[in-house]
Amino acid sequence: MKLPAIVHKFSSPKNFYTMSGKMIPWFMWSFLITLFAGLYYGLFVAPPDYQQGESYRIMYIHVPAAWMSMFIYMVMAISASVGLIWRIKTADLMASVSAPIGAAFTFLALVTGSLWGKPMWGTYWVWDARLTSELILLFLYLGFIALQAAIEDPRNAARAGAVLLIVGVVNIPIIHYSVEWWSTLHQGATVGKFDKPSMHISMLIPLLVMATSFKLYYAASVLMRARGEILRREQNTRWVKEVVENESK
Amino acid sequence: MTARQKRMMFVAMLVAGIGVFISLIMMALNENINHFFSPTEILEGKAPVDHSFRIGGLVVTGSVKRDPNSLRIDFDLTDGAKNYPVIYEGILPDLFREGQGIVATGIIKNNVFIAEEVLAKHDENYMPPEVADALKKSGKWSEENIEAMKHPENVPVGEGNPYPGSPASEARPAGAL
Repeated sequence: MKLPAIVHKFSSPKNFYTMSGKMIPWFMWSFLITLFAGLYYGLFVAPPDYQQGESYRIMYIHVPAAWMSMFIYMVMAISASVGLIWRIKTADLMASVSAPIGAAFTFLALVTGSLWGKPMWGTYWVWDARLTSELILLFLYLGFIALQAAIEDPRNAARAGAVLLIVGVVNIPIIHYSVEWWSTLHQGATVGKFDKPSMHISMLIPLLVMATSFKLYYAASVLMRARGEILRREQNTRWVKEVVENESK
Repeated sequence: MTARQKRMMFVAMLVAGIGVFISLIMMALNENINHFFSPTEILEGKAPVDHSFRIGGLVVTGSVKRDPNSLRIDFDLTDGAKNYPVIYEGILPDLFREGQGIVATGIIKNNVFIAEEVLAKHDENYMPPEVADALKKSGKWSEENIEAMKHPENVPVGEGNPYPGSPASEARPAGAL
């Protein structure tokens, strides 16, 4: 199976660098707009919950962060596989530069969940299937980052990283279905059930806005990181020297 | 097979292999991954007898008795099918109330669960208080209740009222216990 020529064209470091530079401001501005809209509606406009009162509002950070922790992992696993199979350097690079962002979102999901758990459940932490599998996800991210740092040659680092990422993919359905397969302290899924979500529309909309906002943040920040990494890896090529000369004028 | 197809196969086999491997481990450990035992499981003798474990269930409406002179509280937990008595002495989480799903850690002494720690579960339903009141008034509350009880972890109970000893109209959504 061959990839269409356009993929190879877009993924050449030089084209990727130029195109992503044009995309970043769009992602950044739409991120900021959705962030402020989502936070305002989530924290001030949405009604309190019938059971949890005002404390449920931490959900507007916790839930999108948890979704991102799984989403970024899948993006990394898929782009690392593409890099492994089709030998596309930019795909390897995307997996590698996504890792700290994914790890940060996982950490954020764990911390906000813990802070939410204390007033609602009565504890910061329990070793139930949902919390434990999310913690394992954080370790997968950290393991990947450490592995990348330990291998100097970028091609070998990418290959070893890809294997780790593909092995870890099994954890993603476990996180998602943990609350259905086993009895856990964490409650079941609210959004993403096949029937209608068990959340009032006035609370759901800010949540979806926040989820979009986090995705846009990821898009902007991963492209920024990728551009920096491309310049570093391609520093001896002529086009990079030209870029540096033009930008330092 | 080209080198690229071999690499594709490698990725596919790795995902499938790890998937099967982990599924088998999960199946073998199923009992241990569950966070708590339900009253039915305890009465069937599945829970450990001589060391501490967790019990999970809904607080039976009308069963909560507080000792006026101490922090001691007695209540029954239900999974919809069976009830089990629990004694706890200490501070309860804010969400503790009748009909609420809770998880308690402790041991069984003389057919009573002596809890050392009580944690509250909350359900996956989010709505403004006015909507909750309106649902209760219109009688739709109990329908949702049964919907929520359909989660596989729950024992399905007699139609209408999952809480023994409470009128159906007062029933609260069960949440995913």
